Amino acid sequence: MSSKDMSFRDMSPWDMIRRLALTASLALSTTVISTTAASATLQVGNGAEPGTLDPQKVNGNWETRITRSLFDRLLNYAPDGSLEPGLAERWEVSEDGKRYTFHLREALWSDGEPITADDAVFALRRVLDPATANHNANLYYPIVGAREINAGKVDGESLGVTALDDHTLEIRLVEPTAWFVQALAMSEAAPLPEHLLSSGTDWTRPGVMVSSGPFVLTDWRPQDHIDVARNPHYYAVDEVALDGITFHAIEDPASALNRFRAGDLDISYSGVPSARFDWVQQHLPESLQVGPLLGSYFYMINLREGTPLADTRVREALNLALRREVITDQLLGIGQTPSWWYVPRAVSGAPDSRLAFADWPMEQRLARAEQLLDEAGYGPEHPLQLSLAYNTLDDHRKIAVAIAAMWKPLGIELELINREAAVHYATVRQADFELARYGLIATVDDAYDFLNAYASGGSAARSTGFHDEEYDDLVRRSSAELDPQRRRQLVGSAEQRLLDANVLLPIYDYVSVHLVAPHVRGWQSTPLDVHPLRYVSLKTQNDTSQ
Amino acid sequence: MLKYTLKRLLQAIPTMLVVITIAFFLMRVAPGGPFDGERSLPPQIEANLMAAYHLDEPLWQQYARYLGNLVQGDFGPSFKYKDFTVTELIMQGFPVSLEIGGLAILLALLVGLPLGVIAALRRNTGIDYTVMGLALAGIAVPNFVIAPLLALVFGVLLQWLPAGGWNDGALPNMILPIVALAVPQIAYIARMMRASMIEVLGSHYIRTARAKGLTETEVVWRHAMRPALLPVTSYLGPAIAGIITGSVVIEQIFGIPGIGRYFVQGALNRDYTLVMGTVVFYGALIVLMNLIVDLIYSALDPQIRYDD
Repeated sequence: MSSKDMSFRDMSPWDMIRRLALTASLALSTTVISTTAASATLQVGNGAEPGTLDPQKVNGNWETRITRSLFDRLLNYAPDGSLEPGLAERWEVSEDGKRYTFHLREALWSDGEPITADDAVFALRRVLDPATANHNANLYYPIVGAREINAGKVDGESLGVTALDDHTLEIRLVEPTAWFVQALAMSEAAPLPEHLLSSGTDWTRPGVMVSSGPFVLTDWRPQDHIDVARNPHYYAVDEVALDGITFHAIEDPASALNRFRAGDLDISYSGVPSARFDWVQQHLPESLQVGPLLGSYFYMINLREGTPLADTRVREALNLALRREVITDQLLGIGQTPSWWYVPRAVSGAPDSRLAFADWPMEQRLARAEQLLDEAGYGPEHPLQLSLAYNTLDDHRKIAVAIAAMWKPLGIELELINREAAVHYATVRQADFELARYGLIATVDDAYDFLNAYASGGSAARSTGFHDEEYDDLVRRSSAELDPQRRRQLVGSAEQRLLDANVLLPIYDYVSVHLVAPHVRGWQSTPLDVHPLRYVSLKTQNDTSQ
Repeated sequence: MLKYTLKRLLQAIPTMLVVITIAFFLMRVAPGGPFDGERSLPPQIEANLMAAYHLDEPLWQQYARYLGNLVQGDFGPSFKYKDFTVTELIMQGFPVSLEIGGLAILLALLVGLPLGVIAALRRNTGIDYTVMGLALAGIAVPNFVIAPLLALVFGVLLQWLPAGGWNDGALPNMILPIVALAVPQIAYIARMMRASMIEVLGSHYIRTARAKGLTETEVVWRHAMRPALLPVTSYLGPAIAGIITGSVVIEQIFGIPGIGRYFVQGALNRDYTLVMGTVVFYGALIVLMNLIVDLIYSALDPQIRYDD
């Protein structure tokens, strides 16, 4: 493929020896390797290697970060994470909230073909096609016919999405859905080049892929890097400052930190090793970007009959005795917010529901916890024995150990069960646990993602056995309520029901931790952890161009 | 020799079949599946995924399908890296691992063998103690300590070499990973060479050679070197197979696009096809390397012949 590989195949043992000698002599003679040439190519440490660049098959932010640079959606994310017009210049919602009409702008695919409403219809049918096996297809279930299509009962033609003409798209919903436009900003909702996809596979390869966004794919070396360059056909090409972006696959946070310090990277999305956080805070304060993230770290409780945890009093006692601020401030210390709630506070229109005893002093909480356990029949003579499952990660272990210590004075014997991630999540899915560490990161900036997990059929409901018809009703109504004030109340009431029943043990709201060099402009921390790179520029570039 | 080689290659087929079968079923026995992640999937979507990858079929049928494809040289699509087939991933990553690993082995031999010989010849002197002390340190300090240390010192603090990245195989990018890979091998080879050289130097025919009045150099080079290399040679077979298939630690720390990480990541992600692909590939390499070692043996030791 590359000339590199070619030369290697021809290499004889003697060539290898010569090459080694050359390597060694170079090591001696090289003094400074300069990689900081003033180009407007952004170097991004992007975390893991993307599993795919098909915007409808991606599943992690290290993947969507790239696909969102390649593909515009009807609505895009603005630098602050809010929604702004993308391929759709404007849109209208019908009175009953069930009919959306999008007016697409004049725009071209990177091969010069026009982007039409048919491309949007094609994409939405494809994301729901069972063969696409999209992970987030359920976010599009509000569309008429979507659920049935995804279950393979009917074919894509029956989807309530119609191209009224080349530039007008109509989407019909089963019922009004407050968060629906959020789903249209996600990678999977990007209109796709039907003219390309219908003609063959392997369309995500460089040289084959045709895209609609500010950048086009130019190179992909698995486990190494992905290059994208400014798309000359992009409708707002004049506003794109960067010539291109290189996304480096660097999973190890310590390596990413080294390369950031060496000046190889302008942005590092690989996080900061927790042991090095203080050092970074001290030495790279202008690069450290910590901000609230729409994610909730909590312990799931298996509520099924037959375990002590089916007893509300026991669950409340566990919640009472949890010293959240010890975990966030002393154990982790990177700015997480102790959570007395389930829905992260950084979410748009966040409710203000919280655990009833959030403001109690510690002594009062412990006394109450002791009393509740006593009532439930547990005490020093009859200790409460529980198990806590968590997936292998040092921070998870530290938190688990600390919580076991917090509960110990109440006579609670906590068995810690550490499993690798795949096994952990399988046991959670199969409801084979008592307490389980869990983290839920939002896909859309809305409480729905969190609340729906505990509604009937939701992932958390299936794992924990939680069932509450009134809660389901509140979630349903909150999803369909379009008035922000009334909606906030419904969301709050739903969340409060979970908290009052002590259905889970909230621990903290996540934060995002990134390294961004001071010469990077137009980048800001956002709760959804989206940073549209079309708005990013490099200071050096401005200096030379002005 | 040719007949022997062919016979060995034929014998490898049942061996590989056993390896494949064990790996296939072990992988499936492991709890957790390829789609178990932080966000657990709605049942319909999980069913769609299972169907897309034929995971909804009975296990024996999946096994038969896998063997059928394998015979045609098709390792199948990766579950995790969906845009590539396993064959493509291995073929893109292997040249990188081979280059880094091959050069590391060469470096290890070029440094380790002379060190071992010198230590043996200067047995129980300061030189010997120094070399063996360093070798012990080289073995004792693990890769995941050496590699970040090298990156920190030469990449970040001194800025002589890139702290990581592959940069399409530019020489400066290869130096630190090669050194990090070679250090423990240098140590092993030096220790092994010293021990076997000491043993050979104590044998009767060396005494005879010395009695003939040969110089020490002639004794070492003409009579002791070849037999002393035998243990190192048999060590090298599996060692080379291990090193040229990449090291997950070195690859992660220096950001090298080799295939080492696929062994670990594939297993952790339950990427069944990728795990199978790497196992088959590694197994075949081991078989091949052992065969080559046995052939080299016959060149080194006149008592070993494979004519029959």
